[in-house]
Amino acid sequence: MKGEMKMNKQSNVYTVIYAAVMVVVVAAVLALAALALKPAQTQNVRIDKMKQILSSVNIASDAKDAEDLYKKYIVDSYLVDEQGNRVPGDAFLVDVAVQVKRPAGERELPVFVCRLDDGSEKYIFPMYGAGLWGPIWGYVSVDAGGDTIYGAYFAHQGETPGLGAEIEKPAFSDQYQGKRLFIDGVFKSVTVEKKGQKPVDGADYVDAISGGTITSKGVQSMMQNCLTPYQKFLESLKK
Amino acid sequence: MISKKTKQVLLGPLSKNNPVIVQVLGICSALAVTAKLEPAFVMAVSVTAVLAFANVIISLLRNTIPNSIRIIVQLVVVAALVIIVDQVLKAYAYDVSKQLSVFVGLIITNCILMGRLEAFALGNGPWDSFLDGVGNGIGYGIILVIVAFFRELLGSGTLFGYQVVPQIFYDWGYENNGLMILPPMALITAACIIWVHRARNKELQEKR
Repeated sequence: MKGEMKMNKQSNVYTVIYAAVMVVVVAAVLALAALALKPAQTQNVRIDKMKQILSSVNIASDAKDAEDLYKKYIVDSYLVDEQGNRVPGDAFLVDVAVQVKRPAGERELPVFVCRLDDGSEKYIFPMYGAGLWGPIWGYVSVDAGGDTIYGAYFAHQGETPGLGAEIEKPAFSDQYQGKRLFIDGVFKSVTVEKKGQKPVDGADYVDAISGGTITSKGVQSMMQNCLTPYQKFLESLKK
Repeated sequence: MISKKTKQVLLGPLSKNNPVIVQVLGICSALAVTAKLEPAFVMAVSVTAVLAFANVIISLLRNTIPNSIRIIVQLVVVAALVIIVDQVLKAYAYDVSKQLSVFVGLIITNCILMGRLEAFALGNGPWDSFLDGVGNGIGYGIILVIVAFFRELLGSGTLFGYQVVPQIFYDWGYENNGLMILPPMALITAACIIWVHRARNKELQEKR
């Protein structure tokens, strides 16, 4: 026994073999863990997306009832192009992060149609943009007339807690309710302004978060960038 | 039942040998995740778990590791464990993992981990190493939670997200201190803890 154990542990051969075996073992363990946990993770991401979509029409859901509530309220979903015409594809599976990088004319624009308990229909659009430290995203719902915001939901990956991260709180997103996207028939989106200031072009606005100016401005440009391509679609809703 | 050495290994890091306020390690994460209590708490639990298991694994391997690549081996073990913790959180505690986001990955860079592996696990048995990992993890976690407690209370008026400063205080003119949420206050809070700790433990003070 003793004789076999006595190999030179400081030799180059031993070191190289040790490193090679270690890398293979660790890679196998990680691959196994990733494979085993993948289904649960994908399901979490799916349910989380449903929760976010439902939040934009002010319906609170948790991990358990999100799927049922989604089936109940989201009655239709489809893709449109910049001209407002329907294009084939599954709206739920479209990756908005990829779409926003393309020119507006080539984007596939998801639309989720929600029918609330009182029978009124809302249209939900996804958004994706950049905050201070990383991506921010959200969903905004618009009344059947295509003119007024019904609700909004924002989320972020790594904004500063207590400052930029406050965009995910209702105190910020609820400000969007009732804001108009069109002023006198012209598409304006909704701007974010320092408390006490007003946009020069007469657009509707909400108060920015003090100390979170760059994130707040990120929300503004995200909304501008993501909703502008829907302009034709929104106008078609008015008729 | 528990020998004096074992007790020292487990309880030492909680006070006299605390990794954050005595050895001043892991300060960067103490700064990043302590604006709110909940992420600080989950971070403390994650670091404790990773540290305990990494210590045990390195301790079991300690007689086989070639000296020239021992740091690389330690890094690989820590990185693999952190990825597993991250994946498990994503699968079973999705909301928490969303909150911690990049900070879980940053456990790898926490100097306490490499410090303990290098200083303790390479020279001690698996059981002692496990206790050392748990002790240091908790020692780190306590400071994180204390710092987060003051920052969330004074900065946001909440604890674990629940409002604790009554509305009547605000009506009387009390304001949340926005400075507490900014990173510098994490260092100043940690410094205050070190001050109090040293004042109470005379043997920690340097002789003049």
